[in-house]
Amino acid sequence: MACVHKFALGSIAALALSAGAAPALAQQGLDEPFQKPFREALAGKTVAYVPVAMNFDLTEGWYAGLKKELEPFGVKFVIRDPNWNTNAGAQAVTSLISEKPAVMVIHNPDVQTYAKLLQRAENEGIYVIQINMGSAYRSSAFVGANWIEIGERQTEGVVKACQGKSNKIAIIQGALSAAASAYTLKGVENILAKHPEIKVVSSQAADWDAAKAKAITQTVLKQNPDLCGIVGFWDGMDIGTAAAIKEAGLTGKVFLATSGGGERKGACELVKNGSFDLNMSYDVPTQAAQMAGTIKWLLSSGAKPGSVKGSEYTTLIPITKENADTQTACWNLSDLKK
Amino acid sequence: MKRVRISQQEIVFAVFAALFLTFSVFLSGFLSADNMLTLLQNVAVLGILGLAMAIVVIGRGIDLSLIAALAVPGGLVLQMVQNGHSLPASLLAAGLLSIAIGLVNGWLIAYAEVPPLFATLATGLFVAGLGQAALFQLDVVQWSDGMAGFERLGQGSILGIPTSIVMFAIACVVVFILLRKTRWGAYIYAIGDNPFAARVTGIPSRPIIVLQYVLAALIGCFAGLVLAASVNSMPTRIFNSTLIYDVILVVVLGGIGLSGGRGGVVNVIIGTLLIGTMLNGMTILNVPYAGQNLIKGLVLLVAVITDTLLNPRNEETAQQGDI
Repeated sequence: MACVHKFALGSIAALALSAGAAPALAQQGLDEPFQKPFREALAGKTVAYVPVAMNFDLTEGWYAGLKKELEPFGVKFVIRDPNWNTNAGAQAVTSLISEKPAVMVIHNPDVQTYAKLLQRAENEGIYVIQINMGSAYRSSAFVGANWIEIGERQTEGVVKACQGKSNKIAIIQGALSAAASAYTLKGVENILAKHPEIKVVSSQAADWDAAKAKAITQTVLKQNPDLCGIVGFWDGMDIGTAAAIKEAGLTGKVFLATSGGGERKGACELVKNGSFDLNMSYDVPTQAAQMAGTIKWLLSSGAKPGSVKGSEYTTLIPITKENADTQTACWNLSDLKK
Repeated sequence: MKRVRISQQEIVFAVFAALFLTFSVFLSGFLSADNMLTLLQNVAVLGILGLAMAIVVIGRGIDLSLIAALAVPGGLVLQMVQNGHSLPASLLAAGLLSIAIGLVNGWLIAYAEVPPLFATLATGLFVAGLGQAALFQLDVVQWSDGMAGFERLGQGSILGIPTSIVMFAIACVVVFILLRKTRWGAYIYAIGDNPFAARVTGIPSRPIIVLQYVLAALIGCFAGLVLAASVNSMPTRIFNSTLIYDVILVVVLGGIGLSGGRGGVVNVIIGTLLIGTMLNGMTILNVPYAGQNLIKGLVLLVAVITDTLLNPRNEETAQQGDI
């Protein structure tokens, strides 16, 4: 009883105290000393974006995500679309260097073409963030997928599916000069080195092209109807690989592992309908958020461009039949653009 | 003694036969019925495009906008259906777009007298740009539920023969009848052989040239639909690929001289078979992509040189039609 009484008294005292003290505290709100310089560091700055091309889920997703994160802070966001033309891309980067944006967000078509230009840009005082496909030059930041890990995890999936079967697999590469393709292949080799029982019957480049991927897969499947798995390098291209498997009536028998940005129509829907068995998603909205975070940090840090260099490898989401139905496995481009 | 003349068609056929025999003997699994069907299936779309290009090349032109005419109307069908339009309305829109592409090409070449190489290069870029900027949401236009059933145009088989091969065969028959059995076909040959003589004899050259490009665009659209049905999506980025060179390769290799007036459907079939055999053999042999391009380039070069040697340019043919 005494205890209850004490509690009631204490509560009343506390209430009285807070009623008196709260207005006094509110009158002396604390100024957060860092937000003003942060806003000033971002306002009016230009961020330039050079993807390999617009109009596909990855680059559209990064664009929408960056825009959403940067424009409210008064950042001017400009885009140069080389439309799969490496020369046009190199020209865009060159002209951007003279325009001097604060940051360049670069999606490299291969490891060499832009490397020297990106170094020049940082010497000129422009931060360079390379996304998903890096070049031979290491700039302020790389944000993107770890292709070696993608190759390894895809191959692990295929090797597991092949247990007790023919152990014959095929590899459908992308464009040979692209970092994404070459590094993924390295990942594939890393796993195959541990599994000498696996026999690669075909390893060819389909140049990111679905029709080419389909033609190669058809021929390989006719030669090796007992094939147990295929490692494909991009879901946009492996629609063709999947079509060839389906046409041969081997859906479910040939395990198809691929990778991509995890957009719902291009990833989860195709895993659900059985086209892909495993799709390693590098989750584009999260990548975009990390890019934006890096840009904010770099601009507000005052660090000299080229003086810091770091990497942010994104966490991969393996999409399989188990999680393809969930809300979190994939993302919708239309929602991200809103 | 009569001098033996060998036409390019015969040379190419001999090369095809030699290659085919070599692969049959040394590549296990090459000469199976299944692989033969796959071989044809892989080049069916290329063959259909070859027919379109053949019509234009026989009439002394060239159509570099053919891949745009494949990608954009085909992609439009998929995009419109995805946006909720009915399949027939979408097909109609694609047909009209194809006819428009052909009319603009034909008008530029026949009436404005722009060389075909430049006219079709420009319209091709324009149409591809139009598709990207105004018509498609993404480069790869996905198949949607409204297209259900339509995939049979490129998937599955009819009487055991894959559908895309049947489509190629149908296109061959139609183009053969058009070129060999109709007056329009005869006019196309006449114009290709000697445009001035054709005009003097009263052939309506300009409308016939327009017709060539309209036909090419329509056949291109058909090839696009077969391709889209076959891979369950329309990779519109195909415009940036090397497919147009493969199409020219099929036509030139098959023996349709670039100086016009020669060749026909059989040449396209032979050219397509040779390319199909090469690609199939190289895939089975696991020749890397760069190596495949190298070999294709070499073969095209040899074919063009042979064409020049066998059909030497004279003053008359050099005046016009050399693209």
